Amino acid sequence: MTTVDRAAPPQEPRTRGSRRGRRSRDWVGYLPYLLPGLIAFTVVILIPFGMNIWYSLHKWKGGNAPLRWYGLGNYTDLLADEQFWTSFRNSIAMILAMVVVPTLIGLLLATTLFDVLGKRFGPRVASVLRATYYLPQILPVAVAGVLWNWILNSQTGAVNVILREIGVANPPNWLGSTDTALPTVMLVLIWIQIGYPVVIFMSALQRVDPELYEAAELDGAGWWHRFRAITIPQIKPETFVITLTCTVAALKVFGPIYVLTRGGPESSTLVPSYYSYLNFFDKSKVGYGAAIANVLTVLIILIAVVIMVLQARSARREEEGR
Amino acid sequence: MAAPIETLPAGTAVCTGRPVRPPRAKATDTDRRHRRGTARWFVLAAAVLVAVVMLVPFVIMVLNAFKAPADYSQNGPLSWPAEFYTEGLRNFWTRVNFPEKLVNSVWISGAVALFAVVLSLFSAYALGVGRVRGRMWIVTLFLLANMLPQEVLVYPLFQMAQEVGLSNNQWSVIIIFTVIQAAFGTYLLSSVLGTFPKALLEAASLDGAGRWRTLWGVVFPVVRPTLSVLLIFFFIWTWNEFFIPLVMLTTNATQTIPVALASLQGDRMMDAPTTNAGALVSMIPAIVFFLIFQRTLTRGITAGAVK
Repeated sequence: MTTVDRAAPPQEPRTRGSRRGRRSRDWVGYLPYLLPGLIAFTVVILIPFGMNIWYSLHKWKGGNAPLRWYGLGNYTDLLADEQFWTSFRNSIAMILAMVVVPTLIGLLLATTLFDVLGKRFGPRVASVLRATYYLPQILPVAVAGVLWNWILNSQTGAVNVILREIGVANPPNWLGSTDTALPTVMLVLIWIQIGYPVVIFMSALQRVDPELYEAAELDGAGWWHRFRAITIPQIKPETFVITLTCTVAALKVFGPIYVLTRGGPESSTLVPSYYSYLNFFDKSKVGYGAAIANVLTVLIILIAVVIMVLQARSARREEEGR
Repeated sequence: MAAPIETLPAGTAVCTGRPVRPPRAKATDTDRRHRRGTARWFVLAAAVLVAVVMLVPFVIMVLNAFKAPADYSQNGPLSWPAEFYTEGLRNFWTRVNFPEKLVNSVWISGAVALFAVVLSLFSAYALGVGRVRGRMWIVTLFLLANMLPQEVLVYPLFQMAQEVGLSNNQWSVIIIFTVIQAAFGTYLLSSVLGTFPKALLEAASLDGAGRWRTLWGVVFPVVRPTLSVLLIFFFIWTWNEFFIPLVMLTTNATQTIPVALASLQGDRMMDAPTTNAGALVSMIPAIVFFLIFQRTLTRGITAGAVK
């Protein structure tokens, strides 16, 4: 996208006259191709988004019930809502489980696969392992959730049956107790998430010029030194992409929570998107649910913009450095 | 992306032909090489251990999908099934009417993938090749829309679907995801088409081709590989979608596989083998699809990441 825009300006001074006139008329002919996309986008995204903002300014039970103007009341109510704050605190746990931990483990796995296993045991070994790590990523979240729900079930689940067999009298109620539910959900999310950074980092490593490593090795740089001086800076663009996409996904997470815990027990695994769903379809507080969804949206866009700005700045600095 | 490495002739030599290497190694190196040799086995063991941890849930799922409930409660989840028990599988298959859910999922995902690719191509053609004014804003808008949480759209869309008579209708889901996927597709494709070779376009216009013919005769053949990656991605993403289908498709007859599976949760009749059989059957389409398109997929993830 940036290339598109960088290419355009230099032409302008040279093509002041008739050519510029022709150019500026040129794009109009392409508008019919943009129209279906824009109309669909307006109907399915812009208008509903606007309606959601409108709903959030009302008290509304949904359906045919009357809309009652409430101004910013829903938003001020949120400030005093303990569950709302819990849900956003849990979002931090989700970011830990879907961004921080998987990225660190993924980086470690990808460099090991690439540096050691790919080179010493052949690429076949590396790609089989990579596919194994990626497997949970292709599962529909609902399937993964149902599977883990059984594995972690306090009575009939595999984990506790095994624990009882080896003599643990009272194995924990993993998803059913307020102490363990959130960490357990986080572990499941890490399991789901790891494959994504592994695959992306491995492709990033293949992009890096091997001569850089050879030169560093001749200079006597050890593994750790090469990792810090070459690998980390070289794979920065991919790291940004992973951080951005996974952070957005972590803030939006719904499926695993719905299937594993439905936010419980006692809101200990409540997340904003599930809380908003709960208000829409369970508590019939549509305006309130809409307000939660809007706050979440603002937060996501803010974080996305910050990450994108950081990314652009880092890319620019790199260009200047060269 | 795995292709260049896998085709290296050295690959097979490293794998199978270990005797080839010692003659090449210098005598002074043997000591160090030996030490490294044991270290790498430890690294391999660690990596395999992680892989095993990733696989354990799948293994015990398969193990218990073919176990009788009595067998399960007596011998636990790790025992080998006493007999090849398929009742759980049949139980799940008929209870959720699996073939119906499979058809629903294929139809919804297939239609979305196809429509979204065409829509993306049109928009990206206007933005990337046509350089429509304000294109940067439009693309940014599409990208941000792709990041929106679906909760912000779901209630109005739910209302709108009811008003136009599309409640509990698969077309509502198809239309919504066509637009959401196309927003991402447009973002990706327009940056690809922004660098489309000028010479090809000029040649087409010299031949007297209009915009429509240029699109299908020149642009489409060149970007077809990218489009097929997008097609596969849209299909899988839509297949795995949960939230909007859960809200929009309210009866059994219209639901997709993930929604049907999740709605069985808490069903008291579901014993452990049935649960496992259900999970197993529900993941098979995704796995099959993954195995067929693994190459394309890994390449696609990369293409999406670098842009």
